[in-house]
Amino acid sequence: MVSHTSASDAPKTLFDKVWDDHVVATREDGAALLWIDRHFVHEGSHHAFRKIAERGAKVAHPELTFGVADHYVPTRTRDLSAVDHAVADMVARLSDNCAANGVRLFGLDDPRQGIVHVVGPEQGLTLPGLSMVCGDSHTSTHGAFGALAFGIGASEVAHVLLTQTLWQRQPKRLKIRVDGAMAPGATAKDLALTIIARIGADGAHGHAIEFAGSTVEALSMEGRLTLCNLSIESGGRCGMIAPDDTTFAYLAGRPFAPAGEALERAMSYWRTLPSDPDAAFDREIVLDGGEVVPIVTWGISPEDALPVTETVPDPNRIADPARAAHAREAVGYMGLVPGQKLTDVAVDRVFIGSCTNSRIEDLRAAAAILAGRKARVPGLVSPGSSQIKRQAEEEGLAEIFTAAGLDWVESGCSMCVGMNGDLVAAGERCASTTNRNFKGRQGKGARTHLMSPAMVAAAAVTGHLADVRTLLRETV
Amino acid sequence: MRPFTRLTALACPLPFMGVDTDQLIPARFMSRPRSEGYGDFLLYDRRRDDAGDLDPAFPINDPDRAGAEILVAQRNFGGGSSREAAVYALVDAGFRTVIAPTFGDIFANNAVNNGLLPARVPEADGEAILAAIAGGLREITVDLETQEITAGEIRTSFEIDPISRKKLLNGWDDLDLTQSYADDIAGFAKADAARRPFAHLVNIPRSD
Ligand code: SF4
Repeated sequence: MVSHTSASDAPKTLFDKVWDDHVVATREDGAALLWIDRHFVHEGSHHAFRKIAERGAKVAHPELTFGVADHYVPTRTRDLSAVDHAVADMVARLSDNCAANGVRLFGLDDPRQGIVHVVGPEQGLTLPGLSMVCGDSHTSTHGAFGALAFGIGASEVAHVLLTQTLWQRQPKRLKIRVDGAMAPGATAKDLALTIIARIGADGAHGHAIEFAGSTVEALSMEGRLTLCNLSIESGGRCGMIAPDDTTFAYLAGRPFAPAGEALERAMSYWRTLPSDPDAAFDREIVLDGGEVVPIVTWGISPEDALPVTETVPDPNRIADPARAAHAREAVGYMGLVPGQKLTDVAVDRVFIGSCTNSRIEDLRAAAAILAGRKARVPGLVSPGSSQIKRQAEEEGLAEIFTAAGLDWVESGCSMCVGMNGDLVAAGERCASTTNRNFKGRQGKGARTHLMSPAMVAAAAVTGHLADVRTLLRETV
Repeated sequence: MRPFTRLTALACPLPFMGVDTDQLIPARFMSRPRSEGYGDFLLYDRRRDDAGDLDPAFPINDPDRAGAEILVAQRNFGGGSSREAAVYALVDAGFRTVIAPTFGDIFANNAVNNGLLPARVPEADGEAILAAIAGGLREITVDLETQEITAGEIRTSFEIDPISRKKLLNGWDDLDLTQSYADDIAGFAKADAARRPFAHLVNIPRSD
């Protein structure tokens, strides 16, 4: 097994250690050919499968390739004959492509089905030190385990299918260090949105992010997954967290994770992965955990985020003309009034789901607020995987959601992107646990406010954006 | 792929910040095969009004800018989803380069893989070019050899990483190149399976 602790090694970052262990060859222009350990494909990968079929080729390493049906799957029924045929076709095409190439598929009726970035960790496919790719930008999620994981486009998906490798240039290294306890009611989602608001939606452009510090170390695996998931929303190439005992405890016993002696051996390698104490980063950002409070987005980019106690920004008071124009466009699209208190903004519906916030801990947090209360607006709860769905039903969470008046549905990407038909109507305002408040993301003309699961639950029971802390006080 | 060396062409402004890939092509069009052409889907919802008619005030609908091959936008162009369809829509609509201060990383990779040049300019120069276009400037020259843009009176250099530059200049496709590394890849896989067995799933039965 390779070791990174030999005295002759120059100090290295977590990113460098994982990167170096995957370099097959280096070109004179500096591009590296990286070996890929895990490749996930989904319905949207059809362009890439078509490309390889045109070459008369097959998937080179089907044992390292995993199909997951998530982006287009219906959530109100599992009967494909009952849904729009364009949607059904996409799900069927994935099954066909996987079958033709001998690729294992977590399909519509598989008990392991779910959103790709939830299923990977859950099945033990996501492990420290792996290189992982998927034709989906939120592949950064898997970095929570100390894996090098990033999203790729269709041409690159085809390249990985054919060669199990990818040409990459090295990004720069950015360390984001957060220390101290977060404010009451604040979660990993609030931390992530605080970071994005601080550095901008392109603030980590060209960088591999490492999240470190006591605030990050204190996060559960679920919280870490949320944080790394959102690293793409600050433009980062990937986000990583050093593997530790929290990581090892989570992955032990998972179906595709090593066990017994193989686990021992893997762990002795994984323990060498954290950044060396004096490893150099190109940039470093330090944040005080105490500054992280419950936060919501008000605009059309995840960087348009403010503490929920604030007011809607006034574009006329923003000096930079391009930024003022952006704020004007955002406030207009969102149908807000500058100066309006965020907690006065009424919502039309809520959505709890997506690869960002649909894990069991997220559902528990939302249910804690909803328990014994009624939602004033309609809403959808789509668990991150079919396995989480069963667990939530066993724990009684599903009952809390339905008793509150929300719809409890099957697992999939659902209203995060609306490809399966779960859409927010034009002009409607949705409090959402998802990751993108882009114009039209949840449906044409839809207005999305991003926040944590507990904050979405708070919006549901009050009918407007709300500070979860007021409801927490009522609970105790 | 068609190499990109030097282009003098009509430019179209897109003076918005954060034109993400969900805007470049809404998700609902991505199930179509590429052979049908993606050009009509470009900025589909942005360029239409509520009734679904083309909004004459939206820059790329301006008949005076029809046939433009150069798009000039603001910060964080192509952020968001990894959908390569966003690049297909631009390419199929006739664009060969986008000039902006910053690009989404995955978008920029996808662009280069389809022969579309993402040219990064300082924000002030980008604004100056947009102002010049608003003032009537039509043609811009983008030279990838020298990494220079000439837009009327404005001359500025642009950034692109050297690997992408070389690929674009030569019209290279990664796949052709990678085939010549087949032995290195096989050798790596074999040695690595012994070094990191957990990564290779060697003991997981296929029949689960
Ligand atoms: S849940 Fe949303 S962000 Fe996550 S993979 Fe699905 S569509 Fe992408």
